[in-house]
Amino acid sequence: MGKLFSAKNKEVFSTPLNMNNPVTVQVLGICSALAVTSKLEPAIVMGLSVTIITAFSNVVISLLRKTIPNRIRIIVQLVVVAALVTIVSELLKAFAYDVSVQLSVYVGLIITNCILMGRLEAFAMANGPWESCLDGIGNGLGYAKILIIVAFFRELLGSGTLLGFNILNYQWLKDAGYVNNGMMLMPPMALIIVACLIWYQRAKHKELQEK
Amino acid sequence: MNTNSNSYTIIYASVMVVIVAFLLAFVNSSLRDLQGKNVELDTKKQILSALGVTEVEDAEKAFAEYVESDMIVAKDGSLSKYEGKFVTAYEKEYKENDRAHVFVCNVKGEKKYVIPVFGAGLWGAIWGYVALDEDKNTIFGTYFSHASETPGLGAEIALPHFQSLFVGKHVMEGESVALSVVKNGKVANPEFEVDGISGGTITSNGVDAMLKNCMGQYTKFLTTK
Repeated sequence: MGKLFSAKNKEVFSTPLNMNNPVTVQVLGICSALAVTSKLEPAIVMGLSVTIITAFSNVVISLLRKTIPNRIRIIVQLVVVAALVTIVSELLKAFAYDVSVQLSVYVGLIITNCILMGRLEAFAMANGPWESCLDGIGNGLGYAKILIIVAFFRELLGSGTLLGFNILNYQWLKDAGYVNNGMMLMPPMALIIVACLIWYQRAKHKELQEK
Repeated sequence: MNTNSNSYTIIYASVMVVIVAFLLAFVNSSLRDLQGKNVELDTKKQILSALGVTEVEDAEKAFAEYVESDMIVAKDGSLSKYEGKFVTAYEKEYKENDRAHVFVCNVKGEKKYVIPVFGAGLWGAIWGYVALDEDKNTIFGTYFSHASETPGLGAEIALPHFQSLFVGKHVMEGESVALSVVKNGKVANPEFEVDGISGGTITSNGVDAMLKNCMGQYTKFLTTK
């Protein structure tokens, strides 16, 4: 068991949460960060689904890594991801129909999420299944973290709610001159918030800044 | 083994495709019945939701309790009983089988009619159910849903605050459907018009067109008192 949670493995798991975050440092998965962050709930669901799928596909590719012909490795990775996503979505439709209705729009987005391809190519092709699993979970959670932060601000400032509960829609606030910022619901605002997060992170950690 | 040779690559790709195809086909066929059942239950829940019956534990039982019969509306507006399997895709049913359904329901002793509607929003399909009072004109309740409208904008049509705007509105004015969704804040005739969603104009227009098209198919039925 000692080896399973060695210092190196802990690092594999924890760096994607901060110092090597897939969204703010590796700049992967930006497209879906724009699409699903106008409300908090889909952002959470999407974050969790990506975490599960990255973990599984990392493990599968890591197990196959010695047999995959180099020239078609991207295709093999894509097939594994697409098959996994399809199976998960079929299972959800059969056993958790409500969740699958929630997810319907995002299933396709998971397949095209560049975090998956990025981690398969950069990590799972060169490491064992256990490390790859940790890397997948770490990167999925790192992605989920950014999605949730962005969605928090967009839903709060754009609709005045959080998870659908009313936070800022009161008459006295309106009388005081506060209005919800509809622009927050538009995709460009997600980019601006992500940019602010990157700015904050790089100001705090000087080593992330390019020379 | 040389994993870079042409023959290895081709064999690898073929075997992989066959395995994945079998796997997916197996998963799909073994889960199809369960999925079909879920879709059917979900459709029943949606119809109940238009009748204002939400938070049901057992949709099957509640559906049997509230919905008296599944009828087909003929061109002349007369009703006949539908005997086939419960339908979940009303667009296909209308376009391919030329059958327009109406559900005759009973809510607390009052007769209600539920009409399925279907159309297109900005990104994909939208659909819903409109429940009418016995006069076949006053809206008792609505349910709308969508496949992929923008969350926070067009997707608001699936929320109760939008759906409840329709309650009490009238559908027909003479021989045509006057019920409309107009630009937010531009309601001129509150008897027939409902505020659209600001920022969700194309989806709101989609709802408007959906109501006009689908309810229009029922003109004879709705105007025969």
